[in-house]
Amino acid sequence: MMNLYQRRRLTNLLSLSLSALATGIALLFLFWILWTLLRNGLPYLALSTFTQSTPPPGSQGGLANAIVGSLILTGGGIIIGAPIGILAGTYLSEFGRNSRMATLLRFVNDVLLSAPSIVIGVFVYELLVRTMGHFSAYAGAVALALIVIPIVVRTSEDMLRLVSDTMRESAAALGAPQWKVITHIVYRAARPGILTGILLALARISGETAPLLFTALNNQFWSSSLGQPIANLPVVIFQFAMSPYEDWQHLAWAGALIITFSILVLNIVARSFLRTRRARH
Amino acid sequence: MLIPGSPSDAAGPGMTDSTATPASRIQRGAVRDRLFRGATVLSGATVFGLVLGILTALAVGASLALQKFGAGFLTSTAWNPVTEQFGAAAPIYGTLVTSVIAMLIGIPISFGVALFITEVAPTWLKRPIGTAVELLAAVPSIIYGMWGLFVFAPWFADHLQPWMQAHLGSLPWVGALVQGPPMGIGMFTAGLILAIMVVPFITAVMRDVFTVVPTELRESAYGLGATTWEVVRHVILPYTRVGVIGGVMLGLGRALGETMAVTFVIGNAQQISASLFMPGNTISSTLANEFNEAVGDTYTSSLLGLGLILFMITFVVLAFARLLLGRVGGRI
Repeated sequence: MMNLYQRRRLTNLLSLSLSALATGIALLFLFWILWTLLRNGLPYLALSTFTQSTPPPGSQGGLANAIVGSLILTGGGIIIGAPIGILAGTYLSEFGRNSRMATLLRFVNDVLLSAPSIVIGVFVYELLVRTMGHFSAYAGAVALALIVIPIVVRTSEDMLRLVSDTMRESAAALGAPQWKVITHIVYRAARPGILTGILLALARISGETAPLLFTALNNQFWSSSLGQPIANLPVVIFQFAMSPYEDWQHLAWAGALIITFSILVLNIVARSFLRTRRARH
Repeated sequence: MLIPGSPSDAAGPGMTDSTATPASRIQRGAVRDRLFRGATVLSGATVFGLVLGILTALAVGASLALQKFGAGFLTSTAWNPVTEQFGAAAPIYGTLVTSVIAMLIGIPISFGVALFITEVAPTWLKRPIGTAVELLAAVPSIIYGMWGLFVFAPWFADHLQPWMQAHLGSLPWVGALVQGPPMGIGMFTAGLILAIMVVPFITAVMRDVFTVVPTELRESAYGLGATTWEVVRHVILPYTRVGVIGGVMLGLGRALGETMAVTFVIGNAQQISASLFMPGNTISSTLANEFNEAVGDTYTSSLLGLGLILFMITFVVLAFARLLLGRVGGRI
């Protein structure tokens, strides 16, 4: 018969073991997914993957046009979204602060942050694709920008708030107008943090598929015109993976490997960036 | 600490004209102040405008279907593009069921991981494990979908599904949930993959709120001789309950709106089945599959109606999460 003490010890051991098991399960899935990508993607990764365009079924090809298209779309998303996000974050941290307006804006920003990406795709379709009459790279970049904005608003505000008020006050005491205090002092102090936020947003949109389905669509050929549908890795992976052609599926795995490891590297870089920054403070 | 650069760095556009009179410089500063402030206000207004725009676009687009089908749109299981009869019941059912499965599996795992990282793991192990779990959130959802369809579903059909049917199939109530051919894909698989996808989000919030517990409380309990589990169960959980529920809500919001992973594995059938092993559909997977191919105004409008419903559901869930997390103090 166990006494109370032994029973408490046993309960403790059991629950802590279960928590270790839960952690093990979570990590197992991560490694299972990464292993799957390496095993299925690595054999089909070749130089031609990066130099040739997507092939018709049954012939040789690569993903070059999709990779370039993805770079254009994500770059466009950041160029449109980041400035708006930084400025709105600046409003929250420098002007709005604890006002009712700022509190409301924070909530609305969270709504945008949690909006399903497919809903954003549908919205941009209604807004741009329907009115212009065709799918385009512009529409794709705008859809991605709508995902970038709330992320950057949030991280920018957080990072700007970390800058101590003493610094703002010192600059103001020297006679600097507020815009100069913000652009020359506060931005400079918060720059690494804001950049980290942009990197994380970049990592997030690099793999987004749903908002591109109805906006940028896909294109089997090289396309440098932003007014036309443009090839991009996520949608190519989706179409090729779902296709019955084996060589298309192989390319889909190669693309999946490329995209996932780029995003993981982006994430790790952004995180270590943030960590050294926090450690310094 | 950061010191704003050398003197040459500090000489911005406004400082180059040292000959200007102080009065005009002050005036120019005030104008630029107003311009800069205006730009930030305009960007803030853009965020407002976008959310309003999404709502309006969806509502206007959905109005045709809502007028035609009325409240029956929510309860009808019809989905027939040929006769133009549409109802949202099947996708809504699929969305809710897969999300509930995701929560039932995801919450215990997230709690275990958060507990392990904050209370059990030695310090040197905390960071690598924390980062690895966060990387689960970085894997794109389309990758979860491919892995789910080509790797997990066949394994699930060969090993786990027959075992579950053999052991649970004859039970009352539960038995009905596991009927049907072991195909690997279906609502249960979708829920399971969603569970893995929401773990990093729920874990992150739980970790954050667990560290908010004052050290004095923790140490008092330990001082009274409590075991680690007892401290968690009787001190940390009661103290952070509201925040934990808020984190769960955030995870739920993710699961409800997730698209690509679900589209790969759910089977895409517009039907409501008692068995979780049968194919189904969610709002987001219906949109992903059919929106580009929809012909006719009623069809498109019905799909936009689905989008509107999804946006409303995630909005309510988020508002609830914010309400709870706001009370824990600070922004998480």
